Amino acid sequence: MAMDAVTIERLIKEGLPDAQVSIEDLRGDGDHYAATVVSGAFRGKSRVQQHQMVYQALRGRMGNELHALALQTSAPED
Amino acid sequence: MDTTTHDRIRQQVTDNSVVLFMKGTPVFPQCGFSATVVQILSHIGVKFKGVDVLADSSVREGIKEFSAWPTIPQLYVKGEFIGGCDIIREMFETGELQQMFEEKGVPVRA
Repeated sequence: MAMDAVTIERLIKEGLPDAQVSIEDLRGDGDHYAATVVSGAFRGKSRVQQHQMVYQALRGRMGNELHALALQTSAPED
Repeated sequence: MDTTTHDRIRQQVTDNSVVLFMKGTPVFPQCGFSATVVQILSHIGVKFKGVDVLADSSVREGIKEFSAWPTIPQLYVKGEFIGGCDIIREMFETGELQQMFEEKGVPVRA
């Protein structure tokens, strides 16, 4: 089952309220996305931890309804 | 996840320096993301053990819980979870991946 980009963005922002999120539908099939997430909450965290925070915001959908979400995470530059 | 599965995964990542939990085998990956990581590891000349999660549904679900990571592939080096496809690709592009292997004492092709 596919998920739309608006839902993905909403879930990420619910979990990480300050996040700047941009989502690209890579194949136009509603199933393969790339997301760039920038959030102050990522400061001092490893990449694995940053991605885990995004997955947590997606509440179990990653790997289920959401098949492919290429993630790029970073903290905002000062 | 039952304790047997947990212990089995723990054993695999302890007994082998570099373990890739993947869909399919290193020779025949069954998923593009797994194939990407296999290509990167082969490219930098790191020997690894591939664990095909499609061959064992308890490991397929168990590894997600074990790593708190929802997707396959997953790379372990010296017992430590390094990341999935995106992170490995990003680390490879910046050179951090090769550096990490060297720091952990895993031989890479010069």
